[in-house]
This record gives sequence, structure tokens and C-alpha cells, in this order.
Amino acid sequence: MNPIRIIIEREYLTRVKKKSFIVMTILAPLLIVAAYSLIIYLMVSDATASKKNITVWDESGLFYKAFSDNDQYTFAYIEPRDLDAAKEIFQQSNSHSLLYIPKTQSVIPETANIFSKSQTGMSMKSYIKNVMQKEIERIKLKSSGVDDETLTSIKSGNVVVNAIRLTEDGKKEERSYPEIRMILSMVFGFLVYFVIFIFGAQVMNGVMQEKTNRVVEVMVSTVKPVQLMAGKIIGIALVGLTQFVLWIVFTLIIMGVSSVFLSGFLQGADVSQIAASQPAMGVNIDALTTDMSQAQGENIQYIMESVLSVNYGTMLFAFFIFFIFGYLLYASLFAAVGAIVDNESDTQQFVLPITVPMIIALVTAFRVPDNPDGAMAVALSMIPFTSPITMMARLPFGVPWWQLLTSIVLLVATVWLITWFSAKIYRTGILMYGKKASLKELWKWVR
Amino acid sequence: MDSFLSCNNITKQYTGHRALDDVSIAVPKGCIYGLLGPNGAGKTSLIRIINQITKPDSGVVLFNGEPLGQKHIKNVGYLPEERGLYKKMKVGDQAVYFARLRGMGKAEAGKKLLQWFRKFEIETWWNKKVEELSKGMQQKIQFIVTIVHEPELLIFDEPFSGFDPINVDLLKNEILHLKEKGTTIIFSTHNMSSVEELCDYICLIDNGKNILSGEIHEVRNQFKDSLMEIRIDRPLDNLSSILPAGVVVLEQKQNNIFNQINVQTPSEMVTNEIIEAIVPHARIISFSESLPSMHDIFVQEVKKNKP
Repeated sequence: MNPIRIIIEREYLTRVKKKSFIVMTILAPLLIVAAYSLIIYLMVSDATASKKNITVWDESGLFYKAFSDNDQYTFAYIEPRDLDAAKEIFQQSNSHSLLYIPKTQSVIPETANIFSKSQTGMSMKSYIKNVMQKEIERIKLKSSGVDDETLTSIKSGNVVVNAIRLTEDGKKEERSYPEIRMILSMVFGFLVYFVIFIFGAQVMNGVMQEKTNRVVEVMVSTVKPVQLMAGKIIGIALVGLTQFVLWIVFTLIIMGVSSVFLSGFLQGADVSQIAASQPAMGVNIDALTTDMSQAQGENIQYIMESVLSVNYGTMLFAFFIFFIFGYLLYASLFAAVGAIVDNESDTQQFVLPITVPMIIALVTAFRVPDNPDGAMAVALSMIPFTSPITMMARLPFGVPWWQLLTSIVLLVATVWLITWFSAKIYRTGILMYGKKASLKELWKWVR
Repeated sequence: MDSFLSCNNITKQYTGHRALDDVSIAVPKGCIYGLLGPNGAGKTSLIRIINQITKPDSGVVLFNGEPLGQKHIKNVGYLPEERGLYKKMKVGDQAVYFARLRGMGKAEAGKKLLQWFRKFEIETWWNKKVEELSKGMQQKIQFIVTIVHEPELLIFDEPFSGFDPINVDLLKNEILHLKEKGTTIIFSTHNMSSVEELCDYICLIDNGKNILSGEIHEVRNQFKDSLMEIRIDRPLDNLSSILPAGVVVLEQKQNNIFNQINVQTPSEMVTNEIIEAIVPHARIISFSESLPSMHDIFVQEVKKNKP
């Protein structure tokens, strides 16, 4: 049997059998789904929470009809003697909050206080603020001669900006949904950076352990050093791929299971349906909330559409290509570093120069969405040391196929060169003990 | 020459120093060949070349008459001085791994290894992690791993370091047993008494050069300078007048049981005359020719080689 296969088998099995691998494999999808569920929950929980009673003392007398009941809040107006009395009434009621709009010197008050038995939610605060502003605006406009009818006709609702991209031949046009592309750009850019670092560091530590444990002496009397290095790099790559495949599978399974539970919850929370089914109250405020709900419904639709607009096949394909070759590039460099040094504390000076291009790529990747076809982004997506990250960050925005191909060809060629170079350093380095290699010496090993 | 392994005119240059300078050794089949030399003499460099870890700058290594190559790796077992096993790996898995790398099948390796583990009475260690074992225990495993694929050539670099006397004997017996079965063994050590005990041939390397090599008794004979060791039951004052002419008394030692006289004779012929001269004066407890120890030869030769 080919010794490389035996080495790959060992590198793979010892890592896959580790508790940390199993824990990570199961835990990560759970965390992803948990985070995902939490976001959904937070987004809809306001809408589904039980109605809150709000006691209103409008001392200014201007907002008498402004607050009316809706599906989230019911309002009760009181006329107490003073604030203490108001508080007393509030304490004895089952109200959640007391809204106090004081009388002020100016004609129109600009402050309001909310007293609550429990924490006041952000949404309640902004809702009250919104209503008050609208009402003040209405009053002000009215005083300058604009009647309600004119006002309603002026407020014509939402503006939707559609970003549409023309393909090069101009025949097809598609909405480009920049938001989702930006998220994917950052996620994939960071993911490539992350996996290269995690698994590259594993290669370095593996090599270093073999060297410091002196296992390497027996190993290289049995197999060629380059076989040992290749076996380790490939074995760890397979561990990474296994982890990814398992993550995808587990995430899908967990999402499948949890969506069964979530769906009931979500149905009850379909904001636009609730809003639409409610009889119109004929008041401005209700028109407003309906507007908001419709906008929210449109948002959800927009998110769905944009999520579906991305070509995930290409993304995944490119991810695996750039992951594998980016990993090979850096893993062989990390292997060389592991071979040069004698102990962990010496690694820093060699690891730093290797990681600088990656960090540059990562930092600039977050700027890519601003100008995905800019000179900087294009250049960095061609340079092999940064292309795995930058190209993945550019890809969601669409990259001409020839650029993608050039980038891959350059990367593969560089991987070939760097592996050869690293193998030479590795071969000499693993048998050197107690000597710290200078750059001059390293150059001698390569030649 | 009918040798199993021969290194011919090996030269190896490292940056700054020449590790091996035109070294030739011939290792006959089925013997134990002692590779001796002070620290940094070039032993490890030579062993690495025989193990194909590094290539010589010039010179050839012949394995059973053929130029040494990749296919011979399965026929070599190497126990390096700097030993190492994967700490986190289980003993059994690890032993099987190394055996497979040397060309054994998985099942075959498992079976053979288990036999060895039983022989050494360590089969309970099979599922333990290496880091749970003491250093000596790890060495034992490394020894088994080195020999399990039954190579024709074994290279042991300081095999007894870290072992207690009982285990040293166990290992010595195994090494002698392997030799009986026809395995050729290269044995590198600083422990000269074990060289005398085990080796059939020796080679002394110093400063990258082979300064002394040959059959161990021939080497020791070559260095003997007709020294005799006589033990008698009482002290004799007038020794030089009793002993035949030309015999020089080097030393007289005394303890509760015997008196020892070390003498140098002009030739071996006079031994009977010496005995006859002493018999009337004292009872002879023992009379022997003292061969120089490998220790003495080592020290003497290396000192002589100093520039």
C-alpha cells in the first residue's frame, strides 16, 4: 500500500476520532440554527407578544385621539389630579406602562415620560414617539392651513428602490439585491480566511509535534519527507472537508426539525396578514400601522427573493476550489514553518509574514461590497496569496468568468511552486535540532 | 568482499564541516557490527545515509550487493537514539501504523505485534495511550516496532539507554536471538562493555574518518601489549629478582583475598617461566593475559587521532 495513503489515514482518523472534532461538528450547526432562530424570534416576538395596556395621562390635551388601540397596544386615558395620583392609578391597574405627556410652556410639548412596571421595549418607545411626531406634524400643518385630506394625499406611502443590473449583452436584466450579496460576500470571505487559518495551523502544529517528539527520525527513515508532508496536508484537508459536509448536513437536519416547530409560531406572526384582516379604523394611525405592516410584508418578500437570487451552485463550487487551493498554499507554508522551528514560541516570527497577506485580504474584503469591480478588489482577487479570500468576497456580486479562471490558474500554479519550495525547507528543517534557521540558511536549503 | 552492507568512500559535507570523509565500512552478514566514536564523530550521519534519510555527497552504499535504493527500506529496521512516538495515539494503533509503513499488511502486523507484546508481557498496554507509559515502557514498544517487520538489517542507536538492568538483559537476549536467525545488526553505542559483550566487528569513527575497524578479537589482539595479570595468595617483596629477566613489574595491588601483580613480558613465550618462578614462593590463584578493553582502545585511539 502506498505510504502516503497510510499517513493520510492516520492523520485523518486520529483527528476525526477526537472529542473536540465530534463536539465541534455537532455544536456548530446547533449554534448556527440557534442564532438564526433567535433572530427570527426577536423579529416577530414583538408582533406576537400579548397586548400591552398603556395608561395615558395627556396633560397637554393635544393627543386625545392620537393613541388608539391596535393589535399590540390598548390605551386607557386618565385624568388624575397630579403625577402622584396618576402613578397610584397606574400601580393599581393592570397596565404595563404609564405614558405621561406634560403640559409645557410652549404650545406643543416635545417631551413625554414612560413609567413602566417592567422594562420598556424599544419598539414601544419608538411607536409612541412615532405617533406623537405624526400628530405634532399634523397639528403644525393644520395650523398653517393644511387640512387632513390634503395631508393624507401628500403621504403617499413607501418608496421602493429597485437596483437592476443589465447583463453585458443587455438582453437580460435582474434585480441585484445588494444587501444579500454583501452578507454573502463577508460570510464567504471570512469563512475562507477562517478555515485556512484553522487547518493551516493544525498542519503546522502537527509537523512541529513530530519534530519535537522526534517521531520524524523514524518516519523519514521509512518514507520520503515529501510523502510525510503531503500525507499530513491531505489528511487534514479531508478532516476539514468532512467537517464542512457534516456541518451542512446537520444544519439542514436541525433546520428541518426546528422549522416544524417554528412554522406554527411563524404563521401566527404573519404581520401583513394580521394587519390586512383588521378592519380599517378610519384613523390616520391605523393607516400608518397598516402601511408599516405592508412594508414589513414586502421586506420579507424582498429578503426571500434576494436569498433565492444568488447562484449558490457557483458559490459552493468556487468555495471548494478556493478553499482547497488556498489551504494547500498556506498549509505547505505552515508545514515549512513547523519544520523550521523547535518550539512554539519560535513560530511567531515566521507565522507573521505568512499571515500578513491573509489579513490584508480579509480587511479589504469588508470593503469589497462598496466597489466589487474596483482596481483594488480585482488586483487582490488575482494575487494568489489573497485571491482565495478576495475572490470569494467579490463572487456574490458577479465576476466575469475569465477573471475567475485567471485567478484559479494563477492560484494553482503558485500552489505548485510554493509546495515545491516548502517541501525543500521541510525536508532539511525536520532533521535540524537546536539550531535556529536564519533566512540565509533557509535559502540554502531551497537551492 | 562478501559483505551484506558495504559503504564505500562515503563523503558528506554539511555547511561548515565535513561530517564524513571518505568512510568505508564492510558489514558481514549475520553479525553484530559496533559503530563507535566520540560525540559528533559522524556516526549519526553515516546511519542516516544507510537509512536513506540523507544522500551521501559521494560514495556508494551496497545492500546485499545492490546499490541501496527505495526497495530496501522494508528490509531495514531503525531504532534512533532520539526516540519518539505519537503521544496521543494508542500503543497498538501506533505499532500497527509503523509496521504498515514498513510494508506489512494490517492484519499481519496486528498478529505479529500481539505475539511480541505477549512475549514481552506487555499486551495490557495495547489500548493505552503512549503518554500514559513511562519512558522505559515507550522504549520497549519502540524496540518491538523496529523489529516487527523482520528486516534483514537492523540499526540500533544506543538501544539500552533508559532501561533497567533486567530489561537490558531482555533486550540483549533478543538482539543475540535476532543475530542467530541471520539478521545483520549495526549497533552504535558509547557503552564499551556491551560492545565487548555483543559485537563481532567494530568500527571506530572519529572526525568523520574510519580510524579503526575489524573483527573485535583481532582489534583487541592488535592492541595487546603482552600484559599479564597474576593473582597470588601472599605479597612478595623481591619480585623483580624472582621473575625472569626482561619481565617488567607494572603494579602490585593488595586486598584481603589476594595480591595482584601486573607485569609486561617481552613475549608471550615467557608465561610458563613466570609461573615456574613464582610457584616456589606463593600459591597462584589465577594467571591471565589481559586484553586491552575496548574502553582503553577507544580512548587511546581517539586521543592519538587528535590533530
